[in-house]
Parts: sequence; C-alpha cells; structure tokens
Amino acid sequence: MDWTYIQGILMLAGINMIAVLGLSLLTGFTGLFSFGHAGFMAIGAYVGAWISASPASTPAGLGLPFVLAIVAGGAAAGLVSYFIGRISLNLKGDYFCIATLGFGEAIRLIFNNVNRFGGARGWPGVPSKSSFLAILIADIVAVVFLANLVKSRHGRNMIAVREEELAAQIAGIDVFRYKMISLIISAVYAGVAGVFFAHYMTFIQPKMFSLTKSTELTIIVIFGGLGSISGSVLGAILLTALPEILRAFEMWRLVFYGAAVILIMVSRPKGLMGGMELTPSGIRKVAAERNALREAKAKLLAEGSGEEED
Amino acid sequence: MAAILHIRDLTKQFGGLTAVDAVSFDVPEGGIVGLIGPNGAGKTTIFNLITGVYKPTSGSIEFRDRSIVGLEPFRIADMGITRTFQNIRLFKNLSVFDNVLTACHLSANYSFAEAILRLPRFRTQEKRLMAKAEELLDIMGLLGYKDLIANNLPYGLQRRLEIVRALALNPSLLLLDEPAAGMNPDETEQLMRLIVRIRDDFKLSVLVIEHHMDLIMGVCEHIIVLNFGEKIAEGSAEEVSRHPQVIEAYLGTREEATDA
Repeated sequence: MDWTYIQGILMLAGINMIAVLGLSLLTGFTGLFSFGHAGFMAIGAYVGAWISASPASTPAGLGLPFVLAIVAGGAAAGLVSYFIGRISLNLKGDYFCIATLGFGEAIRLIFNNVNRFGGARGWPGVPSKSSFLAILIADIVAVVFLANLVKSRHGRNMIAVREEELAAQIAGIDVFRYKMISLIISAVYAGVAGVFFAHYMTFIQPKMFSLTKSTELTIIVIFGGLGSISGSVLGAILLTALPEILRAFEMWRLVFYGAAVILIMVSRPKGLMGGMELTPSGIRKVAAERNALREAKAKLLAEGSGEEED
Repeated sequence: MAAILHIRDLTKQFGGLTAVDAVSFDVPEGGIVGLIGPNGAGKTTIFNLITGVYKPTSGSIEFRDRSIVGLEPFRIADMGITRTFQNIRLFKNLSVFDNVLTACHLSANYSFAEAILRLPRFRTQEKRLMAKAEELLDIMGLLGYKDLIANNLPYGLQRRLEIVRALALNPSLLLLDEPAAGMNPDETEQLMRLIVRIRDDFKLSVLVIEHHMDLIMGVCEHIIVLNFGEKIAEGSAEEVSRHPQVIEAYLGTREEATDA
C-alpha cells in the first residue's frame, strides 16, 4: 500500500469525521436521531460546487475561491435545517427521525430533477481543492469547537434535553431552542463535509447522498458511542477505513463490515467509547465515577450490617 | 402575609373529564402549604398547571401578581417556580455533581461564542457555577456522592438530589410532589426537617403534595384538601383533620366504617 492510497482513505475518513461530529452533537449529546443528514451534505456539496466551479464548465459555477464555497455550503445547510427544524422539532423522538428521513430523500430527489445542477447525471468538473492539510485543519477546528461547546452551560443544557426532556424544561431550559441550535450546528457540519466531499471527488451525483449515506453516518455515531467526541473520531476513522482494508475480499467486505458493527454493539452496547472521552480530564472523570460507585456500595453495605447489629 | 401564588377558579378538563374543578387557594410568602387528597384528586394536575406543563381550561394563576397562564415551562422556571416529580426525573446518566451543575445554568449568561472561544467571562462564570453546585451539595449533605452517577444513588438520596437540583435554580416557590414516597419513617422524619430548613435558609415558599400524614401534619402551616378535582376543605392541620368531608373522603362514611 502506497502513501497516496492511505492518504486517500484518511482524507475520506476526515471528511466523514466532520459530518459525524456534527451528527454526534445532535444524536449523542441532544438525543435526536436523524436519518437525513446526507441531505445536508448534498446541500453543502452542491452549493459548494456551484460557488467554486469554473463558469466555463457545464453546469456552470461562479469560479469563486474554495474558502467561500465552504462558508456558503455550511451556511446553506444550516439555513435549510432551520426551516426543517421549525416544522419538525416539535415532533416526539421517533417521528422527528421519520421526518428527517423524508427530508433527506426529498433533497436527493430535488437534485436528481434539477437540470441546472446536472440532474441525475451529476456534476463533473468540481475543482480538486480538498487537500489533506485543509481537511486536517477542518477536523481540528470541528473537534475543538464541539468539545468547547459540550463543556459549557449550553452543552450541558443539550445533554439535559437528551437525559430527561420534561425535567430539563422545569429546570428552566428552553428545550426547543437547544434542539434547534443543535440541529443547525449539526447541519452546518454536514454541509461543510459535503463541500469537502465534492472537492475531493471532483464529481458529485445525487445518489451519493442517499439514505445509505445518512444511515452510515448514524451508524458511525452509535458505533463510536453516544455522547463521546473521541468515539465519533475513532468511529469515523475505523468505519471509513474498514471497507477499504477489506477490499481484498471483494463482495464479502460489506458482510464483514456489518458483522464488525454487530460485534461492537453486542459486546459494548454503549458503543466503542460509551460516553467516555479519551482526554486526561475524561479519563479522570470515569475513574472518579467508578471510585464513587465503589465507595457508595461500601457505605451501604456498612450501614446494612450496622443495622443488623443494633 | 402577602400571597406569592394566587390561584383562582382553576379548571382543567381532559375531554369530558374534569380533573381540576374551579379550585382556588393562595400560597403565602414563606409559607409551607400542603396539598392532600385521595389518588386521582387532581393534585399533580395542579402542579402541572402551575409549572406550565398543562394549559388550564379556565381560571387564573398569578405568581407575584403576574399571570403565568400560557407561559412555557422554562419561562415559569426562570421566574422562580420549580418542582420535583412524583416519579423521580433526574438526569440519570450524569454524575450527582453534573445534575446540579446543569441546573445552575440560570446563574450564568455567557454566550455560545464566549464558550467556544473560552473567553474570560466564560471562565469566571463557569468557576462560579462549579462553586455554587459544590456549595449546594455540601449544604444538603450530598457532597460525598458528588462523582456518583445519579442512577446509582440510593432511592432516598435520589429524591434529595432532585430537591438540590430544584434549589440550584434559585426558586422562590418550590413544589414538592410526594417527596416522601417510598421512604421509611426515619427518612420521612429527616425529610420534614429538611423541608423546614430549606424554607428558612433559602427563603422559599413551599407547596407540597404528600400522602404521609405525619409529614403533612408536622410541617404544613396550611392544608388544602382535594377530592375528585374539587377543594373540599382548607385550614390548619387540626381544622382539616376534624372536617367531616375530609374524614369521609379518607375513611369513608360512618356506616362503611362500622361494616369493616
């Protein structure tokens, strides 16, 4: 295996990671499941391609710099998610999930039928701008942004919504607002991932953003562990690389992929990281929790035997 | 004493069922008021109406002379009314400390940008929140369990943690929904002292639903009795316990009693 090949896989993993981190905020920290995030990726990809593709190509673009494509792609996905959220965030858990599924498919079908963007044949000639370095920087920014958000009162409010919605409301948390913010941020992440994806593949087609893609993103978040940023990072790398590593097995590789996911979920139902963070403070926290449980058990046992003696 | 909560002709209908029927009462500033009645009398419904979980069919609820009917629950919490739940609703997978820290959020006002860029205001406010959560846990005797996941806490302490979480919002009116449910007499005794203490220390008014009569008779200065959604009696513990309709609601009529 040469470096270009490995680099290619890493870049794809890095792009997936951006989308997965966003979805991790929505699903892992706020407790809302989505099967439509490929739709937001599609919006990012198409808007990004439109901004940066040369006016001479067909379909024609605006020929503007890549940075603008990233900003516009993320913003467009965020804006659309705002309207989707206004309609669907009042729905209870499972129904919201179904609504996102419908939205994702609708977006794909719209791009399938709009000839201005190439229709089902796709959009060739997107400039190859997603460099290894650019993706790396985007991933670092994405992780730092998310980690800082989660460890603040805003992040804690989102977690409270996940844990117990009614209690969160009674604790003065504007549940709808926090769900909305979480959805918008996750959509912006997906949109940015879409821009990088388009400029990595240099060719986009609506069927790249099908339900399968949405499911893949959600599987990675759950595989990595809900409520863990480290889990999402590891999950994105492992599950993007796995099908590539298994490429030698040709048609069996997706079976192995499925088996690997099942294996993890059976042996670690809370996912690879199970809510834990691979940082010094994260490890300290888990150690403190285990310690506290041991102490509490010891205390209860001591009290129990004390009463018997009385 | 002035009333902090003023309820007039409060009515809630679910379809054809009238769960709360034209109930009126006041909670005086700094008072501990008990709300009692047989199962299905509409006690928890009244809590849900006060905290905005349900919208009343008719009637008024005024908190500090401002109507709170139709406000979202989080706004009502923001104004200073908070509650605990009959079936405990903690943030189960979070540590005891994080449960309280989350609820302290109203004491901070840094923005998203300040949090993400870790600006000075974020740091100072966050330090203050942590200190506050720690202090509350200390006062309420839960500091020793700070790192324990809330779900692993013994039952009685889970109820106590729910009260601590409510106190973290700096409420001026605390609603307790069956705080002694499932507690033994010893724990109930402790809880009674706790309720009086937090009322005094935190300058609160308390409205409490309870079935343990020892607790109600022991701490409540004023008691409201409901039956089938209607208020049937109101007064001091002594007055209420002698009221014929209350005796009937709880013990049945004289003939039934002699039968048994």
